[in-house]
Amino acid sequence: MFHLDWLNNRFLIAVIAILHVLINHGLAVGFIPYITWLEYKGLKKSTSDQITDLKWDHFVYKKMKVAFIITTTIGAMTGVGIWFSASLVSPSSIASLIRVFYWAWFIEWLVFVTEVVLILIYFLTWKSSNNSLSAKMRHIRFGWFLAIFSWITMAIIVAILGFMMDPGNWNNHHSLLNGFTNPIYLPQLMFRTPTAMLVAGVFGMLLGTIFGVKDKELRKRSVKYSAIWIFIWAPISLIGAVIYWNVLPEAMVENMSTAVGTMQFQEYYDVLRWVILIAISFVLVIAGIGIMRPGKVKMWMVIIPCFFVFGFLGIFERVREFIRKPYVIGGYMYSNLLREEDYPLYKKEGILKHATYASTHEVTDANKIQAGRDVFMLTCSRCHTTKGINSITYVFERMYGEGKPLDIASVAGYIPNMHVGRTYMPPFPGNEKELDALAHFIKSLQTTGESLEGVQTKGLQVNSINSVEEFNK
Amino acid sequence: MIFKISTPLPKDIPLELPLPEWLLVTLLVVSFLAHIVFINLMLGGSILTLWAQIKGLKNKDYDSYAHEIAKTITVNKSMAVVLGVAPLLSINTLYTVYFYSANALTGFAWIMIIPLVTIAFLLTYLHKYTWHSLESAKRIHISIMAVAVGIFLIIPLIFLTNVNLMMFPEKWGTVKGFMDALTLPNVFPRYFEFLGACLTITGIFTVGYSNRKNYKIEKIYKTFTRYTLKKLGYKVAFVGVGLQLFFGIIVLFTLPAKGLGFDVLGSMLSAGVVLFFVAFYIWKSMIAEESKIDAHYKKIIIFILTFLLIYGGSRQMYRHNALHPHQKLMAYKTKEFQKLSEDARLHPVLETVAIDTTLGEYAIGSSLFKKNCSSCHKEKEKLVGPPMTEMVTIYKNNPEGLKKWINAPGKKRPDYPQMPGFASLSDEDLSELAKYILSIQK
Repeated sequence: MFHLDWLNNRFLIAVIAILHVLINHGLAVGFIPYITWLEYKGLKKSTSDQITDLKWDHFVYKKMKVAFIITTTIGAMTGVGIWFSASLVSPSSIASLIRVFYWAWFIEWLVFVTEVVLILIYFLTWKSSNNSLSAKMRHIRFGWFLAIFSWITMAIIVAILGFMMDPGNWNNHHSLLNGFTNPIYLPQLMFRTPTAMLVAGVFGMLLGTIFGVKDKELRKRSVKYSAIWIFIWAPISLIGAVIYWNVLPEAMVENMSTAVGTMQFQEYYDVLRWVILIAISFVLVIAGIGIMRPGKVKMWMVIIPCFFVFGFLGIFERVREFIRKPYVIGGYMYSNLLREEDYPLYKKEGILKHATYASTHEVTDANKIQAGRDVFMLTCSRCHTTKGINSITYVFERMYGEGKPLDIASVAGYIPNMHVGRTYMPPFPGNEKELDALAHFIKSLQTTGESLEGVQTKGLQVNSINSVEEFNK
Repeated sequence: MIFKISTPLPKDIPLELPLPEWLLVTLLVVSFLAHIVFINLMLGGSILTLWAQIKGLKNKDYDSYAHEIAKTITVNKSMAVVLGVAPLLSINTLYTVYFYSANALTGFAWIMIIPLVTIAFLLTYLHKYTWHSLESAKRIHISIMAVAVGIFLIIPLIFLTNVNLMMFPEKWGTVKGFMDALTLPNVFPRYFEFLGACLTITGIFTVGYSNRKNYKIEKIYKTFTRYTLKKLGYKVAFVGVGLQLFFGIIVLFTLPAKGLGFDVLGSMLSAGVVLFFVAFYIWKSMIAEESKIDAHYKKIIIFILTFLLIYGGSRQMYRHNALHPHQKLMAYKTKEFQKLSEDARLHPVLETVAIDTTLGEYAIGSSLFKKNCSSCHKEKEKLVGPPMTEMVTIYKNNPEGLKKWINAPGKKRPDYPQMPGFASLSDEDLSELAKYILSIQK
């Protein structure tokens, strides 16, 4: 299995995915209508002898250029990056999803191809559209059309995401319709739409202060429009956030076997409440100044709210991800990539016996540590490292005392029952001997501090009983 | 000592394919070809830009030529990325285990594709938008493109290594990292063949690009005419097709025998014949006079498309042949596993926490305690939470209070971690548990 022992595997997906969401929401879904609106303002405020206010038009074009470059580089590549990282970190789950959602993704891809083509056209025809009034008006209309289109793309993707989190329905019927009827679908959309607009407005304001350093008039005008834009969307975003925030625990309750919110979730959840309030009030303050005294707003003042709205969106994604636990596909596959239905077999015969890659297929007294390492790789490594982020020694020491030597019996006693108290953990899948080996391995980590290498550096070891040669016998 | 490295036999994802296999294969081949044409244009365009810009240091018209090509790169690259998603989806679906195994084995290089390509893309924009502002520092400007081309040249190697490695499960046990996988036979010949194709496609594309009616050539160039530009395009394409033919033959000879068959060989050879026609007509156009230079353009395009389809098809046939026996075994193995799993579901092992009947009325409570509480609470000392004796002090004569706490605990002690709630326990269980806890003697 691919494994990053320092950074943590899920961290890799998270970074790529959150970056993608920020860019997609802020610089595509929200930015296109924002820019089109500004382009329209230029047309409206121009004197009768010109097609549009060319100075202003060029200023807005520069904003669009930044967004265009970022979306077609970092934005596009992080989108592909989600696939790449998922194929490394979570192959079984993405493989299962793709077999069911191939069509959904295929349709989304068609929509997405169209969107990219439309953005290319919108951006590349900007300058030539300034040659005549009718061309300019057509260009603006095209902008509005593009804005609606990219919103639809988002609406579809949210449905696909929503389905994956739809508790329990995986086993019943695999249809995309579930994504749309999912209880958190509408709240998500109600949150994401205004928040995308908000992020776009704040980022646009920031760009305006950068490009308008030399020209005070342009800067003032840009700040003022952006502030109005923010003022319209911030309250709606707040309402959306509150609604979404309220349905989150409900969604989690359905997914976790016990009905009480767990501690870690509670922590995130509480933090989130403050992030919502702080981000929105920061943004409103800067928008307020922007409307009253647009000349006073400088670049450095906008950077802070800009970070806050990005963080705002990012943390929501983190919490949403948390709801899935202990599953990666609700009711079907746990976050350790093992199917719930195969658990009885693993408990009966052990997980090593059925692993394609392992150094051994049975625990003996002599190979305990080595077998424990394999068990760790198979059952824990998707979320835990040996000494990096969320390391296994850290989580145990946090419970049993920092720096104290771990007691094997306690560790081995804890693991089979952890999912009872800590409902975000999947149950341990292996048999007794494997549990013992795992506990020994975890304890050994305390002293050796070894780091676990993934197959990308170490290569893999074929479990001899699960080889073609063995099968042919 | 000789280590025998065995061939892994993994289990497949036990879910049906979303579409009939032939349809998925068709989608894979067709969408991949669309993707690769834009990749060819992107990479070939970058190489051509770099070359022309260096030549442009002496002859200004080459610099203008480079600028014209550079403008197309950023558009082609956007198309290339977005069109790449469909074949990626399809290969993930069709060859799940094989593709993911290859990805994992070359994991570091595989994920590096994302940041590397992002950087290369940003560099192409930087290069395009600083054309005039860096006019006085041409060498710096050229080196921006050189870095981008350098990165673009690495990426196909990573992809080729992956699609090559996925076909040979017998090698998976021996490969240690990307550099190792790179040395498997057939990666490099295919790579150079691919580079040739980039030049061919780009050359032909520039011919068409220069041939547009509203393209104001006299405004852009001093001495170059439409004729020189088209001729230049054909020259580039001729170099490319030459590389393709040469390395194509090497590819054929270095192909591991595993997936070869008369079907593969036949279609590869006929692809070669078509390519030979492409080369012939490109050569004829290259040496043609101005009035006849367009005579073969349509033919060339049709032949190139035919070549792509036949060659793409033959690669798929090879992949199919190479993997089919292993896929069959894997299907058996998966079925076998599913059956075992079903049996185990019907006859699960019993829970091992035995109820110790000698404890009499506390037997059930004691086993519940072992299962749910013992990893954090001990009898007399603090483990994670307080010892049981303390519970007895607090809840003596108040089992209902203790039950309430276990069901939904609060937080009293600042120096202890928060206890999770046990809403999964029934009221009856809670009563048994409380009875047992409160029976502990100090």
